[in-house]
Amino acid sequence: MADFFTVRDLRIAAKVYPPGERPRDMEIVSGVSFSLEKGKVLGLIGESGAGKSTIGLAALAYGRGGIRITGGEVLLDGEDIVTFSKRDIRRLRGARVAYVAQSAAAAFNPAHRLIDQVVEATLLHRLMDRPSARARAVHLFEVLGLPDPDHFGDRYPHQVSGGQLQRAMTAMALCPNPELIVFDEPTTALDVTTQIDVLAAIKHAIRETGTSALYITHDLAVVTQIADDIMVLRNGQTVEYGTVSQIIEAPKEDYTKALIGVRKSRETEATDQSGTLLKVENVTAAYGNGVPVLKDISLHLPKGQTLAIVGESGSGKSTLARAITGLLPPSDGRILFDDEVLPALQKRRSKDQLRRIQLIYQMADTAMNPRQTVSQIIGRPLTFYFGLRGREKARHIAELLDAIEMGEGFADRYPGELSGGQKQRVAIARALAAKPDLILCDEPTSALDPLVAEGILDLLMRLQRETAVSYLFITHDISIVRALADSVAIMLNGRLQRFGPKSQVLLPPFDDYTDLLLKSVPEMRIGWLEEVLKSRHITSAGN
Amino acid sequence: MRARDIPPSAWIGIIGITVTAGAAVFAPYVAPYGEREIVGDIWEPMSSTFLLGTDNLGRDLLSRLIYGARTTLAVALAASVLSFSIGITLSFIAAATRGVVDQGLSRLNDLMMSIPTLIFALVLLAVLPQSVWVLILVMAVLDSTRVFRLGRAIALDISVMEFVEAARLRGERTIWIIFREILPNALSPLLAEFGLRFAFSILFLSTLSFLGLGIQPPTADWGGMVKDNKDGIIFAVSAALIPGAAIATLAVCVNLVVDWLLKRTSSLKGGRDDG
Repeated sequence: MADFFTVRDLRIAAKVYPPGERPRDMEIVSGVSFSLEKGKVLGLIGESGAGKSTIGLAALAYGRGGIRITGGEVLLDGEDIVTFSKRDIRRLRGARVAYVAQSAAAAFNPAHRLIDQVVEATLLHRLMDRPSARARAVHLFEVLGLPDPDHFGDRYPHQVSGGQLQRAMTAMALCPNPELIVFDEPTTALDVTTQIDVLAAIKHAIRETGTSALYITHDLAVVTQIADDIMVLRNGQTVEYGTVSQIIEAPKEDYTKALIGVRKSRETEATDQSGTLLKVENVTAAYGNGVPVLKDISLHLPKGQTLAIVGESGSGKSTLARAITGLLPPSDGRILFDDEVLPALQKRRSKDQLRRIQLIYQMADTAMNPRQTVSQIIGRPLTFYFGLRGREKARHIAELLDAIEMGEGFADRYPGELSGGQKQRVAIARALAAKPDLILCDEPTSALDPLVAEGILDLLMRLQRETAVSYLFITHDISIVRALADSVAIMLNGRLQRFGPKSQVLLPPFDDYTDLLLKSVPEMRIGWLEEVLKSRHITSAGN
Repeated sequence: MRARDIPPSAWIGIIGITVTAGAAVFAPYVAPYGEREIVGDIWEPMSSTFLLGTDNLGRDLLSRLIYGARTTLAVALAASVLSFSIGITLSFIAAATRGVVDQGLSRLNDLMMSIPTLIFALVLLAVLPQSVWVLILVMAVLDSTRVFRLGRAIALDISVMEFVEAARLRGERTIWIIFREILPNALSPLLAEFGLRFAFSILFLSTLSFLGLGIQPPTADWGGMVKDNKDGIIFAVSAALIPGAAIATLAVCVNLVVDWLLKRTSSLKGGRDDG
């Protein structure tokens, strides 16, 4: 079959505003070429800044902000859409090429019913009359596995879950029967257990309607399930391009190999259960409205070990960290630290108690004062807890920067001048400066690209070996748990579902939820999705 | 920041403010006559001896305008600085501590704001002894209610950020959190607001002077000069319009600079970087 969507030597430039220099054009996509047959799916994969979203939007002849297409061709059915007039582009978008955004919650208008938004583009382009558009929408709801397809569209966006909204958005894109759909990280913001349902629904819908798709993601395991071809991108250039089996089973480039090889499991675990550092006893906690978010949680963490807390969003795992830090005092139960009962309220704790428990946040951007330099950020705990000043303080800052594998040159930079991974490293250094016994890590790598995240995890592991610090590691990523935990706690709806050493928790027999959770973690294997769907006992709680 | 990055509109504002401030500082050297010196006839027209004519008592209008810049700018500036000090401190304490303190301060603020500012000021100034310091204090306290609202809103936004939480978890005192964590991040919107409030202060002072409760004669001030010469308008004498125009020009100049500052701070936040 002839290729119906072809990109040839695409070049895209953006205006950049380097501080202290004149604005200039910078090429962010250089010479990318690919082609797509009808009904096939191409996966675009790469880390942030690789230009994958930019290429995806170029398929709609659209450039965000100051982005311009400077060269090359984007051929849809033999026509170059880059040369289209404004009017032709309007006819193209939403009718022949559709777009599915990452955050469906932000992409839907909260003031209108779903059905009106799903059929909007179809009616706008006069492709169908209202009754037949509605009928098609209902059919698509059914194909996408949404509950009660006849009446699903009567709801407002806030009345359905995140996974359902993402599928509704897919229905919106499919409704005008487009030739090409661009999926821009549609499952990235979802829990693993939800992701699998959405992934299966999208795959099924693509098959059913025979449309072609560009699937943009940073997760190689996800794209393996859905794509026919994969293109690996880095810094706006093609690293490797081939069929899924070529890329997954026989990668040629080192970068692709690194992407595939990340996170090899560490099967060992510390078994020494003596010397408990943190002990949570029957803790129940609630926010202002009185509905408990944590119900009767009991767990413990030995010195120098890592306890991973796993669960989907809303399971109470971050709330547990807040209870331990004293930001949310438990209504019942108590928390022991080094065999002493910790005061429930953070304000009642002594300076030394505060020093010994440090926290690393998920978003390093908001966790650091943007108006303080790196040395001020790292230096404050040194002055605050140990009274260090002047040369002594500078020496310690240099040591800490060295420990996080960053040079002294970073000391005078502001957080805004650092990359995501560097920011998280500085956040780690700030925690480390207090010489803590326990660091609570609240999803410290979930906002980072896989290879960068790998570096952060390696750093955390090395620091644990060197300083014997304990980690309470909150995550939704089972592969991280496998890689670095000694013991594991699985949470569901505020309750502890399973707790124990890693080898016990992650080995059968499982309860239904643990089974679902473990099976939902995407594997980099062709045909994995189908296998899993066949073997599941229960469907996701939230889907 | 280089000179050519500043847009022309901001340049006009900067020049206007500089000229006024220069006139105020060097008044005795640039003014052709003394502030209270009667040098000619009443309401003389513009001429080479009296560039802007004379006022209702035969004083040189240009000289009084230059000396008036002194009082007007000094009082308005002092009142703005004071109102910001009061407003920011109280609002940040309210936002950082929350609870009873926040409720108390916010309701008190609402109470103050519920009374029309001008009438409140007139009552206070009529009761209190007449001096420049009382005037500044009254203006500052009344204006600080507006600063309080803005400051509290900004500080609330910042105080829920994780880096403030991190500081709290470290065990930092409220004072540290207010001045080291919150204030530096609130500075740019507050700075812009300061320019705006300063312009309002000039107008407010002029209004009070016009009503006879601001700067007392024979000290020159722009609002008072409008009042002194207002009867001249009936006889087609423009003397009242000149100080009025000066007030308007300065307010516009300050706002031009503020607009530019606002745009600059908002564009710092608005940057998006996509993959």
